Amino acid sequence: MKYYDKLIFELSRPGRIGYSLPDSFDAAKTDAATDEHFSAKRRCICGAAPQQLLRQSKLDLPEVSEVDVVRHYTNLSQMNFGVDTGFYPLGSCTMKYNPKINEEIANHPLFTGLHPLQPAETVKGAQEVIDGLDKALAAITGMKHFTFLPCAGAHGELTGLMLMREYHMARGDAARTKVIVPDSAHGTNPASAAVCGLEIVEVKSGADGLVDVESLKPLLGSDIAGIMMTNPNTLGLFERQIGEIAKLVHDCGGLLYYDGANMNPLLGKVRPGDMGFDIMQMNLHKTFSTPHGGGGPGSGPVGVGERVLPYLRIPQTSGFHGNFGVMLRAYAYILMLGKQNVKLAGPLAVLGANYIKESLKDCYKLPIPSVCKHEFVFDGLINDGAREGKAGATTLDVAKRLLDYGFHAPTIYFPLLFHQAIMIEPTETESLETLDEFIAVMRKIAAEAAEDPDILHGAPHNTPIGRPDETTAARNPILKA
Amino acid sequence: MAGFSYFPHTDDDIRVMLERAGVRNLDGLYSDVPADFIYQGEYDLPDAMSEQQVRDFFEKLGEKNTKLKVFVGQGAYDHYVPAVIPYITSRSEFLTAYTPYQCEISQGTLRYIFEWQSMICRLTGLDVSNASMYDGPSAAAEALRMAVASTRKRNKVIVSTKLMQNVLDVVKTYLKYPDIEVVFAWDVLDELGPDVAGVLVPSICRHGVIQDLTGYAEKVHEAGALLIEYCDPSALAVLKTPAEWGADIAVGDAQTLGMPICYGGPYAGFIACKQDYMRKIPGRIVGQSVDASGKRCFVLTLQAREQHIRREKATSNICSNESLMALWATVYLSLMGPEGLRKVNELSCAGAHYLYDELLKTGRFEEAFPGRPFLKEFCLKPKVDVAVLQQKLLDAGFFAALELDGYVTFCVTEKRTKEEIDALVAVVKEVAL
Repeated sequence: MKYYDKLIFELSRPGRIGYSLPDSFDAAKTDAATDEHFSAKRRCICGAAPQQLLRQSKLDLPEVSEVDVVRHYTNLSQMNFGVDTGFYPLGSCTMKYNPKINEEIANHPLFTGLHPLQPAETVKGAQEVIDGLDKALAAITGMKHFTFLPCAGAHGELTGLMLMREYHMARGDAARTKVIVPDSAHGTNPASAAVCGLEIVEVKSGADGLVDVESLKPLLGSDIAGIMMTNPNTLGLFERQIGEIAKLVHDCGGLLYYDGANMNPLLGKVRPGDMGFDIMQMNLHKTFSTPHGGGGPGSGPVGVGERVLPYLRIPQTSGFHGNFGVMLRAYAYILMLGKQNVKLAGPLAVLGANYIKESLKDCYKLPIPSVCKHEFVFDGLINDGAREGKAGATTLDVAKRLLDYGFHAPTIYFPLLFHQAIMIEPTETESLETLDEFIAVMRKIAAEAAEDPDILHGAPHNTPIGRPDETTAARNPILKA
Repeated sequence: MAGFSYFPHTDDDIRVMLERAGVRNLDGLYSDVPADFIYQGEYDLPDAMSEQQVRDFFEKLGEKNTKLKVFVGQGAYDHYVPAVIPYITSRSEFLTAYTPYQCEISQGTLRYIFEWQSMICRLTGLDVSNASMYDGPSAAAEALRMAVASTRKRNKVIVSTKLMQNVLDVVKTYLKYPDIEVVFAWDVLDELGPDVAGVLVPSICRHGVIQDLTGYAEKVHEAGALLIEYCDPSALAVLKTPAEWGADIAVGDAQTLGMPICYGGPYAGFIACKQDYMRKIPGRIVGQSVDASGKRCFVLTLQAREQHIRREKATSNICSNESLMALWATVYLSLMGPEGLRKVNELSCAGAHYLYDELLKTGRFEEAFPGRPFLKEFCLKPKVDVAVLQQKLLDAGFFAALELDGYVTFCVTEKRTKEEIDALVAVVKEVAL
């Protein structure tokens, strides 16, 4: 990757244009009749609105040619790393391959040209997409019905928690305003609960990394709206007591919310509905292969089970029907998987994670040695190279050194249960050779740290920029050009 | 194993990996899952399709939709999409990346977000923006939450019923659960009081009328509340900016900046605010910095507001936003520049006024808001049977004359030609009075 240091504003030259528009509304026609009843003043915006409603200040947008735009953004793209660039083992993000046929389908004008308020009889195909995806997700998750309004996973969580509150309100049980969240939960869980006006009660994990059922019991009562869980949890461990947890929570009158961010290892193997979950969000941009787009657009459809169905009142959390373009991609992926391949998706993802874990546990601390699901967490290097007068290599150093070797780094310093967390998720779309290359590099980095941690401290060396000064950026923020 | 193009594993690979993992077969990887929860049945899904079958399947579905000439807006505007945009946004380095956590290999994403933030600030005249929101309506709801968080002991907001219905619906939904009192009012200034944290008004109302917000900021600020303006960012090339009206926060939907209408999404919301509220803004923010060698670089910044650090004390739960759609808008604005964007507005405005005049001439409508200024969207009072009118238009391939509050609404973008408008008017003339 080469460093390119321009902002589009810096390419601007007064009078240069990158647009191609007709000169005037009726330029194509020199029809005298038009001019006759089309008063000249209305040709310009100033004629249509009084001066005090118009923009006073100059609009300082770039003035660049089409070639400038194409080169600039092509140059920017070349400082970026995506799944198509290389291995992207970012834990809890499920960076699987994004099939190209999905893009072709999602960009089809027979879908992209539909207005969201068009009458039902003119959007039958679009509706079939949504209905078909609903049915497929229900089959895969064991839920009854999905709403597609949420535009991301966290948006789904929020929508799902609103459904939880509606359920209790509809049953005259509105005093349930607390939600239990494990300490290992994704940060979005407590944040979504807070936005939904719920009080968060944290339940501790045991030494085995799983929710401690004995700690859970005293928290349950008539004020509990439900529990939010992801299973497998963020340590990549299956919450094996989920059956008992479900019974306890249901007996106290609460509901079980499933954070579908970690659904990938269960794809084709285990259904959240069967484990007793009542409400869940599915991250189509994770489990169903739609591209992450540098941080969206995603889609976080929310499913409900039998218990909630009679009280279903779908909260309008986005403007129209949700991110339809993302739904198209996910549905295409599911049709390619079909009933046959779906059964291998989760198991192959789990296989890759366990293969890496077992291949590296002699170099990196593995706090919980049991079989993992789609991801697992190391707690830093076994030998970080620390010695008299020299600090050891940290997880951040390992991550940055990985960039030098052409890999994206795993998720780091999450979950918060460990100080040096390195969370690795390979997904099912990576070959044995790719995993072996990654393992070899991770071992090499461990050897470098043991030999001289300074090699890691200075990393990365081969990227367009080195480590940034994040402190100054936050203290004296420059947020616009 | 039958083989599947997205799974690279050969039988040998699987054998090698199982051996290292210390299990005998793939089922062994689920030994920690109680047997009851292993799904034994067959998934109720179609048989796996080949790529060609999938393509044909969607082709057939696509053909079940009716391609219409769109003459309706109401939050989704059929503007022209320059060819450069899908070309750039489909570059896989952008498309297949995630949130730029590792800034050293994400300078592409970080730079375009910085450019997007800058452009949103320049359009609105405000100081700070973020990496984007899900859509306009949810951005409006988040802005109201921001107002409550930014003012002391005030838990009430006033929302103008001149906003589009989907904005009202989403705002109502978002604020119901954290128990923020929402007053919906046509004349928002009448509702001001000491407990009001924020006031949300549109710059163009649902009926298309450009709003005169003279005096709003003064009155709202006098009452100790924040003024939030919902605006169409495309129209800000010509209309008075939120900063010029004295607004504290601006929100809206960036769909008008070159995004296809795509049955309602994906679009991108935007939010911008005055410097004072910088630390209350939700979501990702990109800032400029330098690396160790002094090179200019860009990083995610002010993260202490966010969910992954602050958990339940975060300003919002939003993390993933609509990054690629922000790129979409950034490329659009780069291509358009100040003159192109002005021209888009002028062409749309000219077409809309032409249609307005022609429709009135048919004698089938009366003016709904005589003398009130509009840009590309307007309402008329129908004198004909609306159902008949709509059906005739549909039959002729037009989506137009959507019913709204007893009126019918139309919208004309620069994409609509004079021929199309004339053809639409000809259809209207066939509707019996």
